Amino acid sequence: MSGARDEHGHHHREPESVLSLRVRALESLLIEKKLVSSEAVDRIVGAYEQDIGPHNGAKVVARAWVDPAYRQRLLADGTAAIEELGFGGVDLQVVENTPGVHNLVVCTLCSCYPHALIGLPPVWYKSFEYRSRAVREPRVVLREFGVDLPESVEIRIWDSSAELRYLVLPQRPPGTARLSETALAELVTRDAMIGVAVVPAPAAR
Amino acid sequence: MDSVPSREIADMSGQAALPRKNGELVFDEAWQGRIFGMTVAMSHEACFAWREFQAQLIGEIAHAEREGESSSYYERWLHAFERLLADKGLLDEAALAERTHDFETGRRDDVF
Repeated sequence: MSGARDEHGHHHREPESVLSLRVRALESLLIEKKLVSSEAVDRIVGAYEQDIGPHNGAKVVARAWVDPAYRQRLLADGTAAIEELGFGGVDLQVVENTPGVHNLVVCTLCSCYPHALIGLPPVWYKSFEYRSRAVREPRVVLREFGVDLPESVEIRIWDSSAELRYLVLPQRPPGTARLSETALAELVTRDAMIGVAVVPAPAAR
Repeated sequence: MDSVPSREIADMSGQAALPRKNGELVFDEAWQGRIFGMTVAMSHEACFAWREFQAQLIGEIAHAEREGESSSYYERWLHAFERLLADKGLLDEAALAERTHDFETGRRDDVF
C-alpha cells in the first residue's frame, strides 16, 4: 500500500486524516462485533493489490477474435491497440498463433511480463528452469504443459525485456462462432496468453 | 476464499470501477485499502451481497456528482458502506461518531 499523495494536486491532507480516523473507528467497531478481523482485511487487500488476473488481456484477445480490423491493428501496433481498450503503460508486441505457428513467451533475464494485461506472473515463469529450457527445448516444455504440437508446427520464442513485452494471441477455439465477445473473453486463460496452453473449446452443454 | 480476488468485484465497470494504475489497484492512503478490505471481507461473510454494496456505491457516486462534491472515490465508498451497514442494522452511527471521537482525542489508538 502506498502513502503517495494524490496526483491531482488537491490538498486532501486534513480531510483525509479525519477520514482515516473514522475508518479506524469503524474497523474497531466491526472487530468488536466479530464482523471482520484485521487479518482478513490484510489478506484481502494484499490479494487484490497483487492480482488483477488475466481479465484485461482476455478482453484484448476476445476483441481481436470478433473484430478483424482490431486484430490487424493489434498485430501491427500492440501498444496503441491496447490503449484503445483503456490498457496501457507497457510497450507491447502481440504475436499470433496460427495452425502453422505457435508462439511462446519467456523472459530469459528476469521476469518481464505484461502485468497490466495478465496480472502477476506465475511462480514457474520466474524459475530458472523455465527461463532456460523454454529457449533450449520449447517443444518438450510445451509437452509438459500439455500442449503436444505436431513437428510441422513452427515454434517461435519471444524473449521479453524491460522495454518490450509480448502477448500471445491464441487461436480461437472451434465451436465458438455463436459466442459473444464477453463469453469468449471468459475462455481465454493466462497460460494461453503466455503460450504454454491453447484455449480449449467450451465444454459441451 | 480470501486470497482469490473475485471478478465481480475486480471487474466493476462504469463509475463504480476501482481506481487503477497500470492495471493495478491504487490506494492513495492506507485507510482506503482498509475500507476496501473490510467491505470485501463482510461480503465474504455474507453480511450482504456484493451487488447490494455496488448499488449503494453507484447511488452514492451519483448523489455526490449531483451535489458537485469533490469527494474522492473511496470517501464515497466509505459513505456507501456506512449507509449499507446502518440499513442492515450492523452499525450504529452514534456509536461510530463516539468511537471516532475516541480516536481523535487519543483516548484510543488501536483498532482492537
